Amino acid sequence: MKRSAYAYPYLLWMALFIVVPLAIVLFYALTDTVDGRLIFTLENFSAAFDPAYVKVFLRSLWMAALATVICLAIGYPLALVLSSRHFKAGKLLLMLVVIPMWMNFLLRTYAWINLLSDNGIIMKALQFFGVENLSLLYNQTAVIVGLVYNFLPFMVLPIYTSLIKIEPNLYEAAGDLGANSFMSFLKVTLPLSVPGIVSGITMTFMPAITSFAVSRLMGGGLVTMYGELIENQFYFMRDWHFGATLSIVMMVLVLISAVLTRNNKNKEGGMLW
Amino acid sequence: MKLWTRILSVSLALLFCFALTACGGGDSSGKTTLRVYNWGDYIDPDVLSEFEEQNPDIRVVYDTFDSNEGMLAKLDGGARYDVLFPSEYMVEKMIQEDWLMELDLSKIPNVEYIDQRFLNLAFDPENKYSVPYTWGTLGILYNTTMVTEPVDSWGILFSEEYAGKIIMYDSVRDSMAVALKYLGYSVNEHDEARLKEAGDLLAKQKQNGLVKAYMTDTVKEAMIGGNAALAVVYSGDAVLCMDETDGNADLAYAVPKEGSNLFFDNIVISKDCESLDAAYRFINYLCDPAVAARNIAYIGYSTPSSAAAQIMGEAYLNDPVFMPDEETLARCEVFLDLGSLTGVYNRIWESVKLQ
Repeated sequence: MKRSAYAYPYLLWMALFIVVPLAIVLFYALTDTVDGRLIFTLENFSAAFDPAYVKVFLRSLWMAALATVICLAIGYPLALVLSSRHFKAGKLLLMLVVIPMWMNFLLRTYAWINLLSDNGIIMKALQFFGVENLSLLYNQTAVIVGLVYNFLPFMVLPIYTSLIKIEPNLYEAAGDLGANSFMSFLKVTLPLSVPGIVSGITMTFMPAITSFAVSRLMGGGLVTMYGELIENQFYFMRDWHFGATLSIVMMVLVLISAVLTRNNKNKEGGMLW
Repeated sequence: MKLWTRILSVSLALLFCFALTACGGGDSSGKTTLRVYNWGDYIDPDVLSEFEEQNPDIRVVYDTFDSNEGMLAKLDGGARYDVLFPSEYMVEKMIQEDWLMELDLSKIPNVEYIDQRFLNLAFDPENKYSVPYTWGTLGILYNTTMVTEPVDSWGILFSEEYAGKIIMYDSVRDSMAVALKYLGYSVNEHDEARLKEAGDLLAKQKQNGLVKAYMTDTVKEAMIGGNAALAVVYSGDAVLCMDETDGNADLAYAVPKEGSNLFFDNIVISKDCESLDAAYRFINYLCDPAVAARNIAYIGYSTPSSAAAQIMGEAYLNDPVFMPDEETLARCEVFLDLGSLTGVYNRIWESVKLQ
């Protein structure tokens, strides 16, 4: 395919703002400052695999995976309902899924902090039913709630897009061939929505594993995620080299997960990236 | 469809070129830009807008940070400001690392209103680089409906009785100060065995589920909302939390008997300052007693300006949170720059947070 001249601004943009910064990050990761002089070293990488940091990484991986699974469990049925031709309010409800995204996610997170706090309405309601000594905020569950809430639309939208594209005739054909509605879901809907599921998973998992603001605010500094660990290296430790190393480690691992979920037929994600 | 893609790419290309040229452009209004970097919630917004009204040739660009270390990280990253507000140990570090401009105090005549005891302090002996802005203590803010016993020791933060109801300060120097003071050591302790002991104490506190959360600025909402029993806070935040109108009347503040941190936040001019005249006018304005008094009433910290304190009146002068007595102050220590030990403190704190 001949590359259009219009693509050059993009190429320039990508080189300037993606390739160059990445090269800088890699440079910092591979160097260290000793007595004011720059030396090349791989020590940062061996330090990055210290058990304490690996533990934080595994925790982030687990939390992001769990958030993604929950998003899928909620998002798929929701997308199914929204895309149903028999459901008149589908378009309106889709708007309701999208509208919260118009608001800054920090504001939404602060709203959740209010809802979940010890004197928030959810706790008050639970206390009414006799639930005491429970804390909804500042633990791993709270962080997962925050992640699920913030990234749910990124799961719903691609699945929705893949579902509404399914040719209605296919259902009629399945019915004519004797499939009941469950079988037609299993043999028609599900396989045809796989591209949507895959981009939904990618778009939920990647931002979830790299997030740090949600874990800081809803985890109360008790649940450190990898993104926060990286931020700390720059902010408090003033160790750019090690911060860069941790970033590279994270990028490589995210890249691996991206490759694992890559699907050449998948075009559904384009609208959000 | 194809036409649309073309139109889109052309407009994006134009936008891109425009963005590049826009970056190079200066301020077309002819105003001098003054870049100010201060703590969050640390100035009365009216004071700021009034300064701009009185000085129509100056436009203030105002950014905020939530820790000394965060501020320095921003400078490390290449951000440049004219006027900054670091705490004493950070002033010391910034002097050593050559970030600051020597002040010409004759350009800040309002310095005469500042109480002598807040001038010529150890971190900047001749006030060559800094002018004091506020001061205060680190202490315990507690909810009297949840804590009935007298609060006079840091030990209450390590007591099982309040498990899950304690908010610690999410910053290395302050949390370490709590543990070090409780153990009877200095907030600037240099002995690594003692530092480890303090770290172990904080780690145990977290492990045993005593800590509800680590917070900085958000602690105010949590305490006002009655969501925790005890919190490590700075005196000014305590004042705001206990405020009669927007605060919580059940809250009280104490500086523990083991002693605490006494801090001074200061105004400095960066070496990269591009509008020195505007910077001096801004600092002098903030040191004006009437302005300082209004500012203090808004942010809740204590003022080093004796004239401003007089304007604040009796209630302020007799309030032990604003004006701790001599005996309390004698127990408190000022943070010093840790030099090469900074890394040791940081690693101990990181291991507490990560476990």
